[in-house]
Amino acid sequence: MRELLLCPPDYYGIEYEINPWMSRARGAEAVLAQKQWKQLQATLSNLDCKVHLIAPQRGLPDMVFTANAGLTVGHKFIPSNFRHKERAGEQPFFAEWMKQRGYEVCWLGDNLYFEGEGDALFGGDVLFCGYKFRSDIQSHRAVADMLGCLVISVELVDPRFYHLDTCFCPLPDGGAFWFPMAFDEYGQRAIREHVTDLIDVAPEEAMHFSCNAVVLGRDIVSPEGAPQLVTKLQERGYRCHELSMSEFIKAGGACKCLVMFMPQREPIS
Amino acid sequence: MFSETIELRGHIIDSLILPKVLDQILTHDANFKILEINIGKKRADQSFARIEVSTETGEALDELILRLRQQGAEVVERANAQLASAPADGVFPADFYVTTNQQTFVRFKGKEIEVRPAMVNSAIAVDRNKGAARAVKFFDVNKGDEIVVGHQGVRVVPVQRATTHTDLFQFINTIVDADEPKSAIIRELGEELHRAHAAEGKIAVVAGPAIVRTGAGEHLVRLIEAGYIDRLFAGNSFAAYDVERALFGTSLGINPDLAVARGGHENQMRAVNTIRAAGGIASAVEKKILTSGILYACVRHNVDIVLTGSIRDDGPIPGVTTDAIEAQKVMRERLADVTHVILLAAIRHSLAVASMLAPTVKTVCVDIDPSAVEKAVEHRPLQSIGLVTDVEPFLRELADHLGGARVRE
Repeated sequence: MRELLLCPPDYYGIEYEINPWMSRARGAEAVLAQKQWKQLQATLSNLDCKVHLIAPQRGLPDMVFTANAGLTVGHKFIPSNFRHKERAGEQPFFAEWMKQRGYEVCWLGDNLYFEGEGDALFGGDVLFCGYKFRSDIQSHRAVADMLGCLVISVELVDPRFYHLDTCFCPLPDGGAFWFPMAFDEYGQRAIREHVTDLIDVAPEEAMHFSCNAVVLGRDIVSPEGAPQLVTKLQERGYRCHELSMSEFIKAGGACKCLVMFMPQREPIS
Repeated sequence: MFSETIELRGHIIDSLILPKVLDQILTHDANFKILEINIGKKRADQSFARIEVSTETGEALDELILRLRQQGAEVVERANAQLASAPADGVFPADFYVTTNQQTFVRFKGKEIEVRPAMVNSAIAVDRNKGAARAVKFFDVNKGDEIVVGHQGVRVVPVQRATTHTDLFQFINTIVDADEPKSAIIRELGEELHRAHAAEGKIAVVAGPAIVRTGAGEHLVRLIEAGYIDRLFAGNSFAAYDVERALFGTSLGINPDLAVARGGHENQMRAVNTIRAAGGIASAVEKKILTSGILYACVRHNVDIVLTGSIRDDGPIPGVTTDAIEAQKVMRERLADVTHVILLAAIRHSLAVASMLAPTVKTVCVDIDPSAVEKAVEHRPLQSIGLVTDVEPFLRELADHLGGARVRE
C-alpha cells in the first residue's frame, strides 16, 4: 500500500505571487478549495492508499502543496530548500514531521535550491530533475550523491511550468506523459533518450495542469480538462480519475502538487 | 583573450549538459579547450569535465560565465597575482615579474585585468583603485607603486598562428635570403599595405640613411605621396642625409646620380646648419628652403615624423629628441596605434622599435645584412617577414606596385 502525505488547506490562499498563475486580485475560494481537496483525499483513500496529514500552519498558505516538501526514497527524506522566502518557513515543519516518523533527514547545503518531488520524479531507476525556475542544477548532483542513482537534469524554459511535475509525469510501465515545449531542446532530447513511450500533451490540455497527476499503479488521479490525454491513457490500460482543481490551479498547482509520496520509491540497489 | 576555467560535475553526459555547455560557448563566439574529462563507467557514476573558456572581452566572458553557471558550471578559482611595493623611485621590488611583448593578464581580486600596453622587458604595476594594470619601465616607477612579483596570477597569451593561409605574414613567416626571388612577396606585401590602408590601419616606416645613400628616397617619396605611410621613425643622421641630398644633391659629398665626390662631409654640415637656421624641417619647408626629399614629402603629406638622436649626431636638427629616456617615451606613444611597420636599413633603430611593438603589429624588415634581418625577425617570429636585399630595389618594386593606386592627394 502506497503512503502519501497531504496537508489540509485550512490556511490556503493566494497571499503572494511567486509564479505566473498567482494573482492576489483573483484569490482562491476557500470553501470550494476545501471541497476540491477533500475530493482528492477521498479519491486517493479509495485507491488503497494510506493518507497521512501534516498540520497546516497559519502564514504558510502553500504548505498544502506537500510535493514541494522534499523527496523521500526508502527511509531517506531530503527536505527542500525553497527558492522563495515566502515558502522557506515550511521546511522545518516537514523535516520535523518526517523525522518523528523515523525517516533519516538528509540535508542539502544551504546554498542549493531544491524543491523536492516538485522537481524530482523517478521514471524507473532514473531520477528526472527539473532546474532553473525553482531548483538549481547543482542540487541534482548532491541528490545523486545521496541516493546513488542516475539523475537526468532537464532545463525548464516556460515559467508557467516552473516545476517538473507541472509538465512531466512518469508512468509505471516505463512511459511518461509530458508537455515537451516546457523543456529546452537538450532536455527534450535527454528525456526522449531515457523514456520509451512518451505521450505528448497538447498545449491547451497542459494549461489545465493535466501533467500534474498522481499515478498509483494503473490509477491516475488528474485535474479535469484533458480529454485527449485521458483517451490515450485509457488506451494504454490506465484508469483515470478526473477532479476539479480550479482553486489550486489559481496558485499554480493541482493533484500532484498536493501529494508527496512516502516514499516515492524504494532505494536503488 | 580573456579566460576562465570551469568545471562540470554530475550526470553531464546523460543529461546532455556537456554538449549544451559547449554549444553555448560556441554560440557566444567564445572558444573552449577541454583540459580534463572523466566519464563515469557505471550507470550511476558521475562524470567530470574541466574546460577553459575564452572570449575577446572581459564583459563577454562575464556574461557567458553567468549563463554557464545556470547549467551547473563552477568557476575554478585562480590565485591572484602577488604584489609588492617599489622600494624607491626607479627601482622594482625583488623578484618582479618581467614582461614579454605578448598579451598578458594579471588576476587581481578574482578578476583578470589585461596589462596595457603589451611591452617587453617591463614590470607590471597594478592600480588598486582603477582596477588597472600597466607595463612600466624603470623610469616610470615611483616608490610605493604596487608591482607584480613572481609568476602566480599572471597569464600570457601568445599570438596564435593563423589557421588559414590568407595572411601573408603568418604564411611566409621567414627570412627571404639574398639569392631568393622577392617580387611575388613584394607584390603580396603591397596588397597587404593596400588592405591595411583601406581598413584605416596605421603604417610606419623606420628609415635608415641607406635609403638616401642608395638613391631609394624617390621610391619612398612615391609611397608617401600615395598615402601609404602614416608615420616615419628615423635618427638624426637620416634627416641629415635627406636634407643634404635635398639641398646639395649629395650624400656625404657623393652625388648618387653622378658618383663624383664634391665637398666631402662639408655639405652635410652646411645642410644641418641651414635647417637649424630655418628653425626646423617644417619651417624650412614652409620657407621654401627645403623643397624636395623624404622629409619634405612627409611635411607636405602630413606624415608624422618622429626623430630621435644618438651619441654621434651632428646638430642635432631641431625636432630630434636627444634624451634617450624621453625618446623611448615618445616612440612608445607614437607606436601605440601602429598596425604595420616597415623596417628599412636601420637595424639599431629597428630593434628599438620592434621591442616597443604590440604583439599583433606586423613587421617587414629589409636590410642587406643577413644578421641584421635575422635579429629583427627573431624578435617577432609570428608576425614578421625579413628580406635580405638592398633597400633600393625593394622600395622601387613596392612603389611601382602601389604607385598606380593614389589614395591621398
